[in-house]
Amino acid sequence: MELLIKNGFVYDPINGVNGEKMDIAVRDGKIVEKVNERKARKIDASGMVVMPGGVDIHCHIAGSEVNTGRLLRPEDHFRDFERKTSRTRSGVGYSIPSTFTTGYRYARMGYTTTMNPSMPPLEAKHTHEELSDTPMVDKASYPLLGDWWFVLEYLKEGKIEECARYVAWMMSSTKGYAIKIVNPGGLEAWGFGRNVSSLDDQVPYFCITPREIVRGLCKVNRLLNLPHTIHVHTNNLGKPGNYQTALETMKCVEDLAQENRPAIHITHCQFCAFKGDDWRTLESGAGEIANYVNNHSHVTLDMGQVIFTDTTTMTADGPFQYTLYELSGNKWVNHDVETETSAGIVPFRYRRKSYVHAIQWSIGLELALLIKDSWKVFMTTDHPNGGPFTSYPRIIAWFMSRKAREATLKRINPRARSRSLLPSIDRELGFYEIAIMTRAGQAKALGLKSKGHLGIGADADIAMYNVNPEKTDPSRKYKAVRRAFKRAAYTIKGGKIVVKNGEVLRHVEGATMWLDVQASESVKITDEMKRRFREYWTVEYENYPVTENYLEVSHPITVKSSV
Amino acid sequence: MINLYPVKEIRFPIIAECINPDIFQGKTSQEIEGLKIWEGNKQKKLGELFKVEEIKTENPQEREAITIKGDVSKVRRIGAGMKSGEITIYGDAGMHLGEEMKGGRIAVHGNVGGWAGSMMKGGTIEVHGNAGDYLGAPYRGSSEGMRGGKIIVYGNVGNEAGARMRKGIIKIYGCAGQFVGFRMRDGTIYVEKDAEARAGACMTGGKIVVGGFLESVLPTFTIDSIKEKVKVEEGETVGGPFYLFLGDLVEHGEGKLYVSKQKNPHLSQYERFL
Repeated sequence: MELLIKNGFVYDPINGVNGEKMDIAVRDGKIVEKVNERKARKIDASGMVVMPGGVDIHCHIAGSEVNTGRLLRPEDHFRDFERKTSRTRSGVGYSIPSTFTTGYRYARMGYTTTMNPSMPPLEAKHTHEELSDTPMVDKASYPLLGDWWFVLEYLKEGKIEECARYVAWMMSSTKGYAIKIVNPGGLEAWGFGRNVSSLDDQVPYFCITPREIVRGLCKVNRLLNLPHTIHVHTNNLGKPGNYQTALETMKCVEDLAQENRPAIHITHCQFCAFKGDDWRTLESGAGEIANYVNNHSHVTLDMGQVIFTDTTTMTADGPFQYTLYELSGNKWVNHDVETETSAGIVPFRYRRKSYVHAIQWSIGLELALLIKDSWKVFMTTDHPNGGPFTSYPRIIAWFMSRKAREATLKRINPRARSRSLLPSIDRELGFYEIAIMTRAGQAKALGLKSKGHLGIGADADIAMYNVNPEKTDPSRKYKAVRRAFKRAAYTIKGGKIVVKNGEVLRHVEGATMWLDVQASESVKITDEMKRRFREYWTVEYENYPVTENYLEVSHPITVKSSV
Repeated sequence: MINLYPVKEIRFPIIAECINPDIFQGKTSQEIEGLKIWEGNKQKKLGELFKVEEIKTENPQEREAITIKGDVSKVRRIGAGMKSGEITIYGDAGMHLGEEMKGGRIAVHGNVGGWAGSMMKGGTIEVHGNAGDYLGAPYRGSSEGMRGGKIIVYGNVGNEAGARMRKGIIKIYGCAGQFVGFRMRDGTIYVEKDAEARAGACMTGGKIVVGGFLESVLPTFTIDSIKEKVKVEEGETVGGPFYLFLGDLVEHGEGKLYVSKQKNPHLSQYERFL
């Protein structure tokens, strides 16, 4: 099928296209130079913004943790449900929608690629089952490797190459995409009811420090030539004063960066940009972090913006979730995943009138606006930790309009308002920067070659929004922008029109991307390894790996490693 | 004033949040008949399931009133979210009656199903028969219980009445099931007759008064004193004497559980701790 999108204002930052009026031709799911104008189906995009399909670098949308969250929160489903239509399936859930609804809602906002960031390797099968049931978007998962016993053992012995081979094996076995590190060392310590409080604390029994884990896996990442950097959730997350830990984590891999390429991605940075000694004296550490990131090129980060709403927090950071339970007194789930990681879930409501929550809201936006280079900071809510992904249009409005920020500032806790840096920030982002922060930058950071741009040969994942950049001033008419980004005029996935005017037209399956890491010498599955599986895991080695036929639509990406 | 009569025996559950004085207000009986309503999985019009009768009156208060005559025990969410006006039901009513209501009054001359007055914020519900489980309690999993208003039940109620209550008053003139005031934070629950086990489990505040027999008080409650009388609401006190227990200590709670001394001689063993 051929498509021709005519006269749209195209924003394609990877190819340097900034709001030029041009046509985009699509054939067989790819973007091409031109198509037969008589035969092709034409879409009139005049007066519309045309961007590559959205890419979400960090959103918890599938897996056992998300599913436990669904079970924990029947009241979340009761308030938000979608009926079945002739084209779509029914679904429930506001902060943790069911899989199908997740796909539809992303597509309605013009998103076509999502990354599920925390997959305990042991739960990989469950995660892929749910991802296979998440339609409309391409997706991938990051296995949690920062506290895996194999990694800890090899890093302790300094065997980086051996460790890299095991990580490569794990990447293929779990059908993962990047190395995710959550509270390095802390999760292993949590298995013994402890935590680590700095980069130089020792992990019990392994005699290794978080610094060594982060540096080790960063080297492994480089040895394996993985497309994304290490994806790090820092130590001390959600504790006042933790901006220093975040800075130290960034600093600790400074010397490992090559050729100005990023070496580390700090995820949901808002949660680790707290300054102050306790909750009463909490302040924003966004200034310091932004200052560091502005002066260094080896870091990318995503915001983890907080939205004032009722949501469900879920991370692999068990000790942090336990602290959150103690703070909120809410119902909770906590779990230690054998030799790999831990997990926790606590429902949470962010309130405007709460000093801490209002400061958190402010920190997220400060980070995004104070970091000058939009290629380094991406828009996320750490769905559903900061708020559901359906609130992205609101964040876009805050980015583009000082007036929108002021409207919210007026309604937040007065003490938080007086301490917020936002009133001093005049910066208003344009559509070009929005395109970077919501798709191009994320795709680039992820190393997705055919996503996030509209150049020839790219996947035909395109979003069109009903807002005219020549006529609408986003700074003043931020509500129009919010409406436009909430309901995409068109979403095109793989060359097919899947959404029109915010309504899903057809149900398409997205591919599951995974890395097929080819090492010169792969891991030998020895009896010793099988013995360890038998001893350490509840699952036998034979049942552990996820085979390719497990994925509904498999999209392996071959990576040539240097080990 | 609008009278509604079910036209046939109701077989499938009906979701009827449109039966609400705020929605009926200013509509003619034809418009009311055209309101959308769900019967099972089919969307229908109100007029297909109910006979609508309009009685013209000049009294503005009566004009907003709705009267349902007949068994509507399978009709759910009657008066959900209502802010004003009055609904009177002669017959049994279904689940979620007056859910999240903010004002007005609902009177039922019959029994009601579960979750009556669930999450309500204001107004009054009066039930002349029995009420089901979860009276005034929030939806499953939610921690946001009743926040105001008044529920009066002249018959018995099921389990978990007033669970997670935050404000308001529930008066039960019959017996109550298990877990009265489960996890309540504030507000008052008055049970004139007996209550089953685990009254006030996990409560952190508020007041529960049991005028009848209570088999046992949870071990996580501590006796405080014996009170001669208890104030149930403004201008209404109940004569005792009552044992006053404080708890639930597992939740570091400061809730008050009053239990009649006269009806519970087996609790006299607590007196030695006074």
